[in-house]
Amino acid sequence: MAATTTTTRRSANGRPAPRLRSRGRRRPNSVSRPRRSTLLTVLTGLVLVYSLVPLVWLAINATKTQAGLFDSFGLWFDGDFALWGNISDTLTYDDGVFVRWLLNTLLYVVVGAGGATFLAVLGGYALAKFQFPGKRAVFAVVIGAVAVPGTALAVPTFLMFSEMGLTNTPWAVIIPSLISPFGLYLMWVFAADAIPVELLEAARIDGASELRTFFRVSLPMLAPGIVTVLLFTMVATWNNYFLPLIMIKDPDWYPLTLGLNAWNAQASTAGGEAIFHLVITGSLLTILPLVVAFLLLQRYWQSGLAAGSVKE
Amino acid sequence: MTKTARRALRGVGLATVVALGLTACGSDDGGSGGASASADELTQALEEGGRITVWAWEPTLGQVVEDFEDEYPNVQVDLVNAGTANDQYTALQNAMQAGSGVPDVAQIEYYAMGQFSLNESISDLSGFGAQDLGDSFSPGPWSAVQANEGVYGLPMDSGPMALYYNKDLFDEHGIEVPTTWDEYLQAARDLHEADPNAYMTNDTGDAGFATSLIWQAGGRPYQVDGTDVGIDFSDEGTTAYTELWQQMLDEDLLAPITSWSDEWFQGMGDGTIASLATGAWMPANLESSLPDGAGSWRVAPLPQWEEGDPASAENGGSALTVPDASTKKELAYGFLQYANVGDGVGTRLENGAFPATTAELASEDFLATEFPYFGGQRANEVFAESAANVAADWSYLPFQVYANSIFNDTAGQAYVSDSRLADGLGDWQDSSRRYGEDQGFTLTD
Repeated sequence: MAATTTTTRRSANGRPAPRLRSRGRRRPNSVSRPRRSTLLTVLTGLVLVYSLVPLVWLAINATKTQAGLFDSFGLWFDGDFALWGNISDTLTYDDGVFVRWLLNTLLYVVVGAGGATFLAVLGGYALAKFQFPGKRAVFAVVIGAVAVPGTALAVPTFLMFSEMGLTNTPWAVIIPSLISPFGLYLMWVFAADAIPVELLEAARIDGASELRTFFRVSLPMLAPGIVTVLLFTMVATWNNYFLPLIMIKDPDWYPLTLGLNAWNAQASTAGGEAIFHLVITGSLLTILPLVVAFLLLQRYWQSGLAAGSVKE
Repeated sequence: MTKTARRALRGVGLATVVALGLTACGSDDGGSGGASASADELTQALEEGGRITVWAWEPTLGQVVEDFEDEYPNVQVDLVNAGTANDQYTALQNAMQAGSGVPDVAQIEYYAMGQFSLNESISDLSGFGAQDLGDSFSPGPWSAVQANEGVYGLPMDSGPMALYYNKDLFDEHGIEVPTTWDEYLQAARDLHEADPNAYMTNDTGDAGFATSLIWQAGGRPYQVDGTDVGIDFSDEGTTAYTELWQQMLDEDLLAPITSWSDEWFQGMGDGTIASLATGAWMPANLESSLPDGAGSWRVAPLPQWEEGDPASAENGGSALTVPDASTKKELAYGFLQYANVGDGVGTRLENGAFPATTAELASEDFLATEFPYFGGQRANEVFAESAANVAADWSYLPFQVYANSIFNDTAGQAYVSDSRLADGLGDWQDSSRRYGEDQGFTLTD
């Protein structure tokens, strides 16, 4: 939906915007020269520190041994730098089960999040650009589905899947991950604004089939939105915990989230081996791919976020 | 954009809820809860072989499974760590409800046995000859697997309690090892006075610990007879525990650290936590989680409530059970026998488990084992004596898992506010009773 603009131009603080060459000493604020605010800078600085400290802690403590974790200060390095040893231990502990979990997670993300994005793009595009009976009902269902947390559906899904004999298989994680109401809604809103109807009409007049139009004309224009949805579904699948927790009992099919939790629980098991240093190193390795993905897809993502907020 | 209500309503989508009529599938023997087989039939089943799934988190079972498969080449065992304690019980309940994916063998801690034996979702093993094994197991664990006149599992390990203490720290501050709880309280005061950063022990409210100490003090708050349940935290033994622990709380003699947190291991390593009273399975955890503590720590008998009347209690320990939904009960029981009374016991002992079998608890080799971690101490002598002093008439609730989960919301309040521990236990009692009534138990008094 487009933001309406009033006829008199006003600056952000609500006073009439100062005209150029006004006699005031202060130079006008503009988009490129926003007003400075110490308070705001301090506040955002605090938020920045708050979000980064856990990451810093994780990076620092991944360099410590099990003993070093307990007898050194949390936010500074221990005497011996054990990062490389920790990484190789993490990858080889228990016959290299961590690598298996990593591959499982990749499988769930590629098939689950990839599939979810693909379906969201197809559905969103269709809802935005085609008229068909029942469209309003679909809209209502989608909006309703956005409001239902995935966790609430996990148990009914489990019972359904166990009837079908799908529990304890990778499908039990992949199939529910394919459905992303929020992704569909986002794609719908994005496609409605990003693709001019005139362009589609031009393509049709030129005799292109609907499929060809979709793949050759629309898809490139949807790229920023696709990346946004892909990031959302990717993060959701990568961090998914509750669904695999109830669906999967076989450690060979665990994603990283469950695997790390199982390692963490070992410390509180009678006769178990505490491997906090591996849990921490494993956690660091687990978030690296997400960080990389965000950095690489940053550009597309930002343009996708702001899409449709202003109508030119 | 104005719309009439009628048009707006037309678009309301319908969410269809598929209610699945779920019925737990009975096993092939009709789910009577009492399969049976003679010793010969069991041997035959093991020779014929097959495939069984075992859910357990006990780390020494891995080797046992390998040896078992060597012994019976036709049997294949899938050992699955489906989570620890509560996580696994939830998964087990889910699978039983869904009627699929139930393992053939499941590890269940003693305190949680009632939840599964009461509705017979795990099998009575009497038909396989389990009821004749009474003399093989020490009294605490053996009474824990009994229910409704049947035997619902074979004890795997046990946790007769002992006092683990940091000898170096005690020596440094001239603290004597306490033999009674009164001495323990005084030692806690002396230690904390000598070093304000050091505490006798840590506690932030732990249901298992509290019930074990009440058990040792002679309190019997839970009376269970089938579905008739009594809960009463006002008897003499419970009072003895609350009075002692209230003093520990009032005088700030307990380190505010939750057991099993990384802070806890750290506290035991840096001298913040000087001792802990827990089960005999602890040495393996100390060795792997606190390697730097080797040589500093020792084991002593649990302090007594009455001098000259040694009593003890169990803390932790679990049994292997056969879920009723299993279709391979003979094989499953064969595995239970091998792991818990057969050759598996020795294998597990070598790898640091603590036995529940009387033969091992009394064997010369076992008692003479010297623990390098405890400075060469023969710790098993302390543990075995403790096991022999456990009173066998303790029972847990058939819904102890739930009751323990609300301990911190009720009794745990005494740890974080000025409320009294006795009142907290009263709240715990009321909440547990309410839950029991909701679940259809008859609450007696």
